[in-house]
Amino acid sequence: MSTLLSVEHLSKHYTLSGGLFGKERRLDALTDINLTVEAGETLAIVGESGCGKTTLGRCIIAAQSSSEGRVVYHPKSGGDVELTALSKREIKPWRKDIRMIFQDPMSSLNPNMRVFDIVAEPLRIHKICKGRELEERVISTLEKVGIPAEAVGRYPHAFSGGQRQRIGIARALVLDPKLVIADEAVSALDVSIQAQVLNLLEDLKAEFGLTYIFISHDLGVVNYIADRVVVMYLGHVVENAPTELLFERPRHPYTELLLEALPIADPLRRKGRKTEARGEIPYLGNRPVGCPFNTRCKYAEDRCRTEKPALRSIHGSAQEAACHFAEQLSLKGAYDDAPTKEFA
Amino acid sequence: MPLIPMGDKPILSISDMSIVFSSPDEADIEAVRQVDLTLTPGKTLALVGESGCGKSVTARAVLRLLDKNADIQRGSIIFAPGDAEATDIVQLRQDSLPLRAIRGNQISMIFQEPMSSLSPVHTIGDQIDEMMVIHEGLKPKQARERTVALLDQVGIPGARERADAYPFQLSGGLRQRAMIAMALACTPKVLIADEPTTALDVTTQAQILDLLRQLQADFGMAMLFITHDLGVVAEIADEVAVMYLGDVVEQGSVFDVFAAPKHPYTQALMSSIPKMARKADRVRLSPIKGTVPAPRDRPQGCAFTSRCPYAFEPCATIRPERTAIGDNHHARCHLLTRQPAEAAA
Amino acid sequence: MAVDTMTHTSMAAEAAGMPRAKRESHFGLMWRRFKRHRLALVSLWIVIAFYLVALLAEFLAPTDPSAYSARYTYAPPQGIQFFSTNEDGSWRFFPHVNGYASEVDPKAMRRTFVLDPEVEIPVQFFIPSEPYMLAGVIPMSVKFMGVTEARAPFYILGADRLGRDLLSRLIHGTRISLSIGLAGVTLSLFFGIVVGGFAGYYGGLFDSAVMRIIEFIRSMPTIPLWLGLAAAMPKDWSALQTYFAITIILSLIGWTELARVVRGRFLSLRTEDFVTAAQLDGASDWRIITRHMVPSFMSHIIAAATLAIPGMILAETALSFLGLGLQAPIVSWGTLLQDAQNIRTLASAPWLLTPGLCVIVVILAMNFFGDGLRDAADPHGR
Repeated sequence: MSTLLSVEHLSKHYTLSGGLFGKERRLDALTDINLTVEAGETLAIVGESGCGKTTLGRCIIAAQSSSEGRVVYHPKSGGDVELTALSKREIKPWRKDIRMIFQDPMSSLNPNMRVFDIVAEPLRIHKICKGRELEERVISTLEKVGIPAEAVGRYPHAFSGGQRQRIGIARALVLDPKLVIADEAVSALDVSIQAQVLNLLEDLKAEFGLTYIFISHDLGVVNYIADRVVVMYLGHVVENAPTELLFERPRHPYTELLLEALPIADPLRRKGRKTEARGEIPYLGNRPVGCPFNTRCKYAEDRCRTEKPALRSIHGSAQEAACHFAEQLSLKGAYDDAPTKEFA
Repeated sequence: MPLIPMGDKPILSISDMSIVFSSPDEADIEAVRQVDLTLTPGKTLALVGESGCGKSVTARAVLRLLDKNADIQRGSIIFAPGDAEATDIVQLRQDSLPLRAIRGNQISMIFQEPMSSLSPVHTIGDQIDEMMVIHEGLKPKQARERTVALLDQVGIPGARERADAYPFQLSGGLRQRAMIAMALACTPKVLIADEPTTALDVTTQAQILDLLRQLQADFGMAMLFITHDLGVVAEIADEVAVMYLGDVVEQGSVFDVFAAPKHPYTQALMSSIPKMARKADRVRLSPIKGTVPAPRDRPQGCAFTSRCPYAFEPCATIRPERTAIGDNHHARCHLLTRQPAEAAA
Repeated sequence: MAVDTMTHTSMAAEAAGMPRAKRESHFGLMWRRFKRHRLALVSLWIVIAFYLVALLAEFLAPTDPSAYSARYTYAPPQGIQFFSTNEDGSWRFFPHVNGYASEVDPKAMRRTFVLDPEVEIPVQFFIPSEPYMLAGVIPMSVKFMGVTEARAPFYILGADRLGRDLLSRLIHGTRISLSIGLAGVTLSLFFGIVVGGFAGYYGGLFDSAVMRIIEFIRSMPTIPLWLGLAAAMPKDWSALQTYFAITIILSLIGWTELARVVRGRFLSLRTEDFVTAAQLDGASDWRIITRHMVPSFMSHIIAAATLAIPGMILAETALSFLGLGLQAPIVSWGTLLQDAQNIRTLASAPWLLTPGLCVIVVILAMNFFGDGLRDAADPHGR
């Protein structure tokens, strides 16, 4: 596998003006993010709201500017393209290769455009084809995602949520992209529709040789679809590991917390935990010193409150975690929640 | 019709309830069809289904919080607190005294979005005090003491100070806790929770579920929990009712239903969610084909006919009866009463 | 609850097959919602009727609006009658107006008119006339109605101090008053969209500056401002020049409201996912604005503009009434009402208030129509 995209020391901060006479405040949305995306893999970025996963996705695709660091794309044709250094015009050709699927199938489709035009728009912008060829390409892409050709003249409001999401996927795929960023692409859908779209994403990946960055808060879905998982907390990557390693034995206490909180659709595996004061995610502008997770971590020691742990490989394996005690802690994974025989 | 579960007497029994929506432009839509549900003190009934299946409408009907264009056309909702006479909530007049005495006092409700049920211009303490003053006739001082104790009980740190906070000053999780405290202000006998954790992060959701479980153990109220998340159902419910297009297609104890779902829709729903399994044990999801039809295109017989992999001859025309499968386990499916081969013959 | 019913209706729209609603565009949907609004629909027809009158002024007006006749000063409305009694008592279709019998009050030395039922002056339709240019472009030589008898009086709505036909003047005044509203709003719309659009799309310092300027303009009391500006107009300007000057003066304030509406829409649309999607498609700013953003709020802008027209018409009427707007010989509702300033005149010739009635009807109709449009354009409206 070759590296398709690398994110190096990426940071993003906002400056909140405090009004006319207030003090300006800095809000760090992303802090020193490093990761690589290998060609052909599905990389999941997970975390709770406000952890920066969406911002990271938008910085990678240059929908938002980043404050520091770089995002480098390595196209098959060779060479490195530093996306973060390109101007709007220079980046345009690369937009064909990196595409995005949005969360909300309602707001991501222009309500005033017919489905045909929505999917044709990127082809027209990049002047790839026109006339008959354009028509054929749009219709064949729509058919691949399961939208029948008769429906191309309709407006988005005539479709259900799941169908709209399929149209959004067609728009992303019509340019023959290499990398697709799916930002909570199935979160707004009903369970049965979600399964349809997940299967579709898998099939399309195999057919077109795609690479996915799959941003999600749903660990169940992530375990199903991802090859590798990046866990984010307060703008930091706290763990980055192949899916099975991470779910088998997390190395960061936050990952453990997420897995523990995940409800499993099996009453026999009901966790029946005791309410434990685990606190809440601190406000971004009020981040703890040291390890960002120390305020909620049940293993935190003095060192965690002063020294910020770096993301590092655990025992030289493919699993990376940003915790001082990653090697020592024995954290609980998600697979071995054996049914408690109590009910069986 | 409603089944009395082993042991405790039911406190709320919905039987044979149908709710019809009328609109000037279109034909009437029967959003809820002949639903039977029973709530027992200390137990949680989860009502699960996809959007538009009628689960929220059912829950709101219990408090008579339906829109003007919705009408409970048949059936009854019998509220039978042990210490008082049983009342049929359907028969009560809107805004009548007995209905208001039940609402918020005996039966209370929490919502997905706490901001919509908390007043933004009053402190949460004042809002909870008010409930106690109105329903229980407490003095403001006494009420505040109980409010603080309650806020403490729902896990709001620094309850005495936080009682003076406005809803917008609290985080999503704390707000949800404050709303729960408000719902519990008059120690209701029934708590209706309409997707209370859907808008929350997974760790906050776990905390709120813990809290609800804990409070149920403390107060012994019956709980009707509306959700679309089967994981949450498995976590919190004692019993579960699965709804599809206005029908309760299957209901029973959560262990029975999850262990051996009998209705094809329940089965399909279960196989639509990814299992927490290692790559080696991974199975491709088998989603339900197609989409939920519009209520007015609902098949005449079983609502699930158009998407059911096992649909056979009677399904399209005859609505299946509520059939008992086991102890307290019911489903509406023709497969339970006849054989496809027999029908074909 | 609202949410649940909504899912039901939207689910109903998603029904299998392809019912009529399926292919409808945004404007199609808007029209369907608009039609449900009865009052707005009626108002729309009223507005259309008024604009037709404005467009066909020369054709509809029986006489030249400036043709005067000293003989018929303050002649009262004749009305129009369609049937006449024959000598044998039977009825026949005979459109006519009655002539006048005049008497002179010997004390006040004032001439008063009474209708003389004996005199029947036939009214004819589509009669040939002096050649004229309809709306300044189409050469025509036929009028909608009139009397063919020479020197016969024809004052359906009465006459003014100089014996001019009020109906003809009203019809021509409609053209001026309504067109000034339209022109003013068009101008406002242009400024509003350009300024508001830039402010909303690019935001930042420019946005702040523009908004402060708008607030400054809006904080000025309008009537004195208009008065001042109108008073500064050179007296020797031609009718056309004053007309345009007044339009500009009215738009000077009008654009601010529209700019705010446009800016607000841009700001909210800028964060919509479909706009981000267009950016990620690689679309240029121009393409995003013209193809994706403007069509999305055009309906709202049209509604806002419709609601702005009545204000313009009222402002013109007020200025002209005060003698600071349009000046005679231009005929507008405002200048017509100027004749009705005097209480004594009003007492003897109350028909001079008819332009006021027109103003009220048009303003109300436009407001109802605009309200209906706004409700229909609102995607959350049902």
